[in-house]
Amino acid sequence: MIGERYINGLVLAGFLAVPIWALAMDEPFTITLATRASVLAMAAVGLNIALGIGGLVSLGHAVFFGLGGYAMGILAHHAQTHAALDLGFLAIEGSRSMPVIWITAVTVSALAALLIGLLSLRTTGVYFIMITLAFGQMFFFFSISWSAYGGEDGLSIYVRNGFPGLDTLVPIQFFGLCFTALCAALLLHWRLRASPFGMALNAARQVPRRVETVGLNPMRLKLLAFVVSGAVTGLAGALFADLNRFVSPTMFSWQLSGELIVLIIIGGVGRLMGPVIGAALFVALEHFLGGLTDFWHVWLGAILLLIVLFARGGLIGILTGKDGPRV
Amino acid sequence: MSAILIIEQVLNGLQFGVMLFLMAAGLTLIFGVMGLINLAHGSLYMVGAFAAAAVAGATGSFVLALIAALAAAACAGTIVEIVVIRRLYRAAHLDQVLATFALILIFSEGTRWVFGSFPLFLDIPDYLSGPIALPGGIEYPLYRLALIGAGVLVAVELWWLTSRTRIGIQIRAGENDREMIAALGVDISRLYTLVFAMGAALAGLAGALVGAIQSVQVGMGEPVLILAFVVIVIGGIGSIKGAFIGSLLVGLTDTLGGVFLPELFKVFMDVGAATQTGSALASMAVYILMSVVLIWRPTGLFGMRA
Amino acid sequence: MSDVILSTRNLSRSFGALKATRNISIDLRAGEIHAVIGPNGAGKSTLIEQISGGLRSDSGTVHLVGRDVSALSTQARARAGLGRTFQISALAMEDTVLENALLGALGQSGRPWRFWRAAGEDRDLRARATAALERVGLAGVADQVTASLSHGQRRQLEVAVALTLSPRAFVMDEPMAGLGAEGSRVMTDFLDGLRGEAPILLVEHDMDAVFALADRISVLVYGQVIATGTVAEIRVSREVKEAYLGEGA
Repeated sequence: MIGERYINGLVLAGFLAVPIWALAMDEPFTITLATRASVLAMAAVGLNIALGIGGLVSLGHAVFFGLGGYAMGILAHHAQTHAALDLGFLAIEGSRSMPVIWITAVTVSALAALLIGLLSLRTTGVYFIMITLAFGQMFFFFSISWSAYGGEDGLSIYVRNGFPGLDTLVPIQFFGLCFTALCAALLLHWRLRASPFGMALNAARQVPRRVETVGLNPMRLKLLAFVVSGAVTGLAGALFADLNRFVSPTMFSWQLSGELIVLIIIGGVGRLMGPVIGAALFVALEHFLGGLTDFWHVWLGAILLLIVLFARGGLIGILTGKDGPRV
Repeated sequence: MSAILIIEQVLNGLQFGVMLFLMAAGLTLIFGVMGLINLAHGSLYMVGAFAAAAVAGATGSFVLALIAALAAAACAGTIVEIVVIRRLYRAAHLDQVLATFALILIFSEGTRWVFGSFPLFLDIPDYLSGPIALPGGIEYPLYRLALIGAGVLVAVELWWLTSRTRIGIQIRAGENDREMIAALGVDISRLYTLVFAMGAALAGLAGALVGAIQSVQVGMGEPVLILAFVVIVIGGIGSIKGAFIGSLLVGLTDTLGGVFLPELFKVFMDVGAATQTGSALASMAVYILMSVVLIWRPTGLFGMRA
Repeated sequence: MSDVILSTRNLSRSFGALKATRNISIDLRAGEIHAVIGPNGAGKSTLIEQISGGLRSDSGTVHLVGRDVSALSTQARARAGLGRTFQISALAMEDTVLENALLGALGQSGRPWRFWRAAGEDRDLRARATAALERVGLAGVADQVTASLSHGQRRQLEVAVALTLSPRAFVMDEPMAGLGAEGSRVMTDFLDGLRGEAPILLVEHDMDAVFALADRISVLVYGQVIATGTVAEIRVSREVKEAYLGEGA
């Protein structure tokens, strides 16, 4: 059995090594794959804060991913059409600057998470799963029927947005940016988990009544976790949109919410690196199996089923021999 | 806006509602009795539709197609229950969500493998096609009317089954107390398989019936599945009565919202903006309805207190 | 009359037609252990939930150190000084013993909104948690996962978490539940020394422990207090004998 720390170190090293190797071999597509994995991993790291520590089974995290994506899409769209977003009482200029877009994405998704969390956390269990799913569908259908930003067809952004001092169109530079953001999200998860807040949240997942009887409010702990979680996933959404230079309602789809949970489960729920391993594996499977057969989702389904039925701790659980947190 | 249009739309809403009920009844029974969230219920709907389309294509008989849909969905349900689902009854909700999500992937891609990506078509039989004249000069498609009838019939049968028969009493006892019913000598594992297969058959039937007015294709189950979830959450998970009322509410809200909300907004907006806002809002209406119900009653209209 | 720390007045709660508790008035005085006994279904668990805030009362009040806490949530009552233990251990089983104690210390500090520095590195929290573990004899297993503890150790940890709160009054739901003879003796000795720190409202089935510990006993039958008195008084009470043994009057 291998210690979790070594696994974590190996995974991060691997994540860096692959694109560097690809750069040396001049294979930009591999770098793009690594970027895609980083961004998906980051989205799942966000969800893992709510799901893995707080035990909140959100089947609607695509809301935040999509909001982040549309924050990018809408700002960049207004910048590329040179028309301000007119809200009547205030006109918002578009932007091509990643930092501006990121701040917007984080703010908007955090606010949405606050609102959705306030309403959803009144319920528990299956009802929570269903109400988060319903919020996801609300945003999905809204984005489809709202034609100002492309409706069902989505919105294309022709040039990737800029970051001071970087040429984001160079794959390795954009990878560096996304990888750094992923590391920041991991750092946040790691510190949060060990902090008093994380400890209380982790206990609120296991025994909410105990947390109450020591004088803490489990609802507030979970709500804050949900907000932080939504904000991280939102930022990942903005990066994802920039990676593809395209946003569409599929970023809000419930399949995406499901896939984010899948990434976490494959790696190991509640584990720091669970989402990262899951995302790397997911992107690798998508690329290799998808190249071999059109029906690679069958194999993904089979793997997922085996993990759920026989390996509750995901890959990290298998490697470390420890089951990890139960959600 | 004429009265005829309104009545037509109400009928459309009812038709949609009773079809949702066929899905929701199975879901809510499976959750109420076994405590299982089954995301793959939409796949059974799809299995029913494909079986019906294949058999109708081969034999030309709509009745045989419906029987095939029931049989195929029930078989698929039984196999899935025995191989996968029964390991999940005592598992966490997250495991159930994921395992049944995995089943969706397998079912969808498997169906694509067998039938290809192109949609199949299932024709309405001659004796049910064409419009029928209703009192008040309304012309309404006979088939849709038949769907409403079929749905109501199933609802009545289900009510009779769960409240008046031995098996229904066992099912309801199973909801309340697993140990008790096991102690009474009922084979609980067989009962569960039976309930699951029954739910699957209903989903398959719904798939076949709706398949005749829409195209039969991979992925057709999930939108209906999610709406069926909305239904049972509104109605209160585990309650057949709640599922019925929830189905009609959702069916009517969705159908009428789509037609009348844009009209409503035209009263105080210009036409373009009203159509835009109205249809955007209408597409979200059922989810807004669900959130409002849950905020008001966190366990649904007829749900037991958690 | 000595100081009353915790008191209930006419607490009632019904579930449908079942009146689980009826007009319960109990005082917990400083320095005492006040045992609540009664047959199964007498309403003891309901009473504990009403006092600690898990269940709303239909009527009646709960006062803690002179303050009316009847309308407060469980969390607020805990912050007001109520230290409650559970009949079935409510511990974070995946976490270490120390982390469970830290959680109590964190609740006592009232500052859970800290996000960066590790909880285990906070000196004040750690000192408080370790002190509580030492008192119940669990310091040696502080770094073990709670799920690996024996049943007896879990009961002790349950008490230790309550200790970290430095409550004004303890409400203990069957702390001896499932303990063997030796475990009960150790727990009895420990609680005996605890009453000077804060009084204990003790719901317990183990009559040896109750008679050894209690300063006063209240007997609950069918949701009502049928007698309150010293151990000696309760031992000879006819009503109690009738209720427990069904002896003819």
